[in-house]
Amino acid sequence: MAAAPSTYAGAADVVAVLVLLTEFAMLRAPLLRSQVRLYAFQSLVVTALAVDIAVVRHVGDLYALAIVSFVLKVVLVPGLVLRLLGDADTDLAGSSVLGVASMILIALAVSAFGFFAVGSLQVHSAALPTTALAIAAAVILVAFVLIILRADVVSQAIGFFSLENGVSVASLVVAAGLPLVVEVAFLFDLLVAVVVFGVIMRVHHDRAKTLSTKKLDRLKG
Amino acid sequence: MAIILVILVVFPFLVAAASLALPNAVSRYLTIFAGVTSFALSLLLVPAAADHAQVVVGSFLRVDALSVVFVVATAFLYGATGMFAAGYLHLADGASGRRYGRRFYAGINLFCWSMLIAPIVNGLALLWVAIEVTTVISALLVAIDDTDGATEASWKYVLIASLGLGIALFATIIMYYAGTTVFGAAYNLSYAKLLAGASHFPPNVVRLSFVLAVLGFGTKMGLFPVHTWLPDAHSEAPTPISALLSGALLAVSFYAILRYYQIAVRSLGSAFPRNVLLIFGLASLLVAALYLLSQHDLKRLLAYSSVEHMGILAIGMSFGAPLAIVGVLLHVLAHAAAKGTAFFGAGSVVRKFGTKDMRRIRGGIGALPWSGTMLVVAVLALSGMPPFGVFRSEFLIVEGGMSDPREEIAALMVVLITLAFFGLSWYTTRTMLSPEQGPSGEGQAPALPTPPKGEVSNWIVAAMLAGVLALVILGLHPPAQLGHLLSRASAELAVVR
Repeated sequence: MAAAPSTYAGAADVVAVLVLLTEFAMLRAPLLRSQVRLYAFQSLVVTALAVDIAVVRHVGDLYALAIVSFVLKVVLVPGLVLRLLGDADTDLAGSSVLGVASMILIALAVSAFGFFAVGSLQVHSAALPTTALAIAAAVILVAFVLIILRADVVSQAIGFFSLENGVSVASLVVAAGLPLVVEVAFLFDLLVAVVVFGVIMRVHHDRAKTLSTKKLDRLKG
Repeated sequence: MAIILVILVVFPFLVAAASLALPNAVSRYLTIFAGVTSFALSLLLVPAAADHAQVVVGSFLRVDALSVVFVVATAFLYGATGMFAAGYLHLADGASGRRYGRRFYAGINLFCWSMLIAPIVNGLALLWVAIEVTTVISALLVAIDDTDGATEASWKYVLIASLGLGIALFATIIMYYAGTTVFGAAYNLSYAKLLAGASHFPPNVVRLSFVLAVLGFGTKMGLFPVHTWLPDAHSEAPTPISALLSGALLAVSFYAILRYYQIAVRSLGSAFPRNVLLIFGLASLLVAALYLLSQHDLKRLLAYSSVEHMGILAIGMSFGAPLAIVGVLLHVLAHAAAKGTAFFGAGSVVRKFGTKDMRRIRGGIGALPWSGTMLVVAVLALSGMPPFGVFRSEFLIVEGGMSDPREEIAALMVVLITLAFFGLSWYTTRTMLSPEQGPSGEGQAPALPTPPKGEVSNWIVAAMLAGVLALVILGLHPPAQLGHLLSRASAELAVVR
């Protein structure tokens, strides 16, 4: 029994680091398509974490959750966004406000901040890995950098979805014991949010004939 | 009482589904019926919640005095907005008008349903789910007019609000983490359990969770500096949706913050949560008061007034005195009635004059004798004039604030509210009261010719009358049961370790 938590914590940490690295890769990916594929990979890693926790901690519910999450986040969402990109043959490369190097430096700084801020809470819990929680906080902050520094609707939407992946990592390591109905409600909400993002992205593209957000500056004051 | 909760959770949803199938002429009356019924049912909950500690149905539904305050506010606006929409909506003939009407009625009922269930569900996790549902439905409703402005506003809204709720979800997870130290790795986030165990939670973790919750739900509540979606969404959405966003949606997000406050006070003592709310509240009130001084767009003006009032709510909570908290909860009800009425009036003016630009509108009361007058009344009520509900609630908040050792904060609040009063009333009264086709300022577009006298619709007048009546009742003589309810809710919130 003593060995199980440490293996589990190790696996959780590895997954969290992978998710964070994918987030950085999204920052530097110039093509919108590759960004979507990176998101699909990130979701796959998160799904693997769900399966891992289901096995190690014998939480049967999480298998169901892993299946829903796989279908939704690895197949359906990336598929929908890629289809939108297929319809819009204009501007396939995302537009960033800053160069890649500066973006990565900013992202490094904020992720370090998130990591040490949550780490400094000084909570030592025998049952739950705190390191993975701190990395999840870093993922959330880097997702914000991505959203703020990219000026097209697809990158911003993908940034939000990947932020949700960061929260998923946190919820899997910390709140795996939540009742299944609540976890499924979280995922269902994500599905609805994705559909709404998709609808508004499409409306925007139909009206503006571009995916860029540069023209969205009429309303101010 | 349990049956009322079940009806409130099921009935509006069924009406929304039916609106997709029924002709729009039927949906129109069905929406009014659903709204008025919900309001009547919510009033039946008041005595029960004021007498008993809580009403629980199964493991998912639970109301106490605090939640009933928000159920009543939302249900009131549901009914009033149903009436207003019946007069406001002019559907085009043919297939496009039918499609618009179906989407609109299904959406507005679903939106009200999601705002009604948020205070009724039991636990922080389900609360988050309900508030996320309000976001996605209202984002589609903001976009429904399919103009450039509506598209831009809805994109900003859905992105910023979703990010805020992402942070709020993280706050929920962190609170769960705090709870695992007491309850073990598997438990549900129900309120009774969290409140019972809160005093043993690790304080640092609760502190992080509370700040994240205020920031996350504060995004939807419209607190500075995460309010930026609010004026755009409020001004570009169809007016019935603006009224619901401002009067009910912001309040429901405030309710979520209050639930975290309740736990944080038990865990940390009251100083930390109060200071956090004070900072956000003062900043919101200050910024909104300044923006109010330079708004020409009628609906944006009312939107910034919402930021102002949300700031007042946050400051009121930061005073911590039970009296101030009673004032805050009364303010939720009074603001819903006043802001709803003001938006209804704005909708009437926009329909009549065809513009939201107040510099181009003159002689409003001449053209709209009922709804124009009531718009002025609602704006004066919003600025805190007696004898309306907002005056009473702000008076209670300030009185509670004066008992605080830092009484200069209450004084500062009064100064900022006065500043907001000038901004809010200057343009609106000039627009409505000044003579027809009076001189307009230099370098401005000329005032539009005043349209002939006559109301846009009697439904609009009826909805506004309901709002003004509610304001007068809340201001002059609130029913005794309501007083009990507010005191009880205040006691639930004010428990200090």
